[in-house]
Amino acid sequence: MATEATKENVEKVIYDGLVELGTDRAQLSREATLEDLEVDSLDLVELAQIVEDEFGVELRGDDVKDVETVGQVIDLVVSKAG
Amino acid sequence: MAREGVAVVTGASRGIGAACAEALAEAGWPVRVNYRADEAGAREVVARIEAAGGRAAAVRADVADPEALQRLLAPGEEGPVVVLVNNAGLRRDGLAPQLGDEDWEQVIDVNLGAVFRATRAALPAMLRARFGRVINIASVVGPQANAGQANYAASKAGVIGFTKTVAVEVARRGVTVNAVCPGLIETALTAEILGGDLEQRIPARRVGTPHDVAACVRFLASEEASYVTGTTLTVDGGLSA
Repeated sequence: MATEATKENVEKVIYDGLVELGTDRAQLSREATLEDLEVDSLDLVELAQIVEDEFGVELRGDDVKDVETVGQVIDLVVSKAG
Repeated sequence: MAREGVAVVTGASRGIGAACAEALAEAGWPVRVNYRADEAGAREVVARIEAAGGRAAAVRADVADPEALQRLLAPGEEGPVVVLVNNAGLRRDGLAPQLGDEDWEQVIDVNLGAVFRATRAALPAMLRARFGRVINIASVVGPQANAGQANYAASKAGVIGFTKTVAVEVARRGVTVNAVCPGLIETALTAEILGGDLEQRIPARRVGTPHDVAACVRFLASEEASYVTGTTLTVDGGLSA
C-alpha cells in the first residue's frame, strides 16, 4: 500500500533518501540545490526508485531534467501524486 | 556466494542460456531459468542444477512482453536480481531486399528491445545494491557481416552499442555491463548451418560449445571482474581475429 503523498511525507522520504545516498542531513533544506549537495544523475535515479516504491509515483528522465532544488523535487512528487 | 541476490538468465531452456544458468548456479548464485515455450527444457536445466547442489527455478516469461519481463525481474525470497544475462534471441534470416517488416521488427524487438527493457527493469535494484552484473549475449555477427542476417546483425550491433553506453552510465555504482560475442557455437539455433568445411575456417579447428560461452559469462558475473565493464568478449576460436 503506497504512502499518501502529503508534502510532509514526501519531504521526509526525500530527506531520508538523500541522507541514505550520502548527503549530510544538516545541509538539507528546500532551498538547497542538488548541485551543492553533490546529488548526481544516478542519485536522482535511485531517489526516483525510492519515491516510486513509497508513493507509487513514477519519475522519468524528462520529469527531473529541469529540477534544481530539493524543494522542487518534493513539489514535483506531490504534484504528480495529486 | 556470500552476496545476497539472484541471477536471471533469459532464454535458458537450452543451448547457451542453459549453460550460463548452470555455470552461474555452480558459482553459487540462485538462478531463475527463464523460458518462453520449452517448459520441459527449462525443468531439465533446473533438475541438473539441483542435482549438482545448486538452486534454481524455472520461470515462464516471454521477453517480448514488458509486463512478463517485469515479473521475471522482480525481487524474490533470494533478494534482488543482481546478475542479468540477456540471452534470449531469435533469427529470421533472409537477404535484405526480401526481409519483411515483421522479420525486421520481431528480431529487433526481441534481440535488442527486450535487452533494453530487461536492463532498465533490473538496474535500479543493482544501483541500490552497489553491485550488479549485466551480461548481454551479442554475436560475432554484427561487428562482422553475415549475408542473410541484416536484421540479426543490426540487433546484435545495437546490443554492443547499448552495452557500452549503459556501462559508462552506471560504472560508478559497482554495476558492470558487458557483452559476449559467441562465434559458431553448437546449438539448436545454429544446427542447420553447421557442417561442411566450416571447422577448417575456424583457427581453433572446432565449433564452440555453450560451455565455452558460459565460462566467460561466469567470469563476467564474478567479483573478480569488477573492473571489466563496457567491453565485448569474443568467444569464437579465433574466427574474427
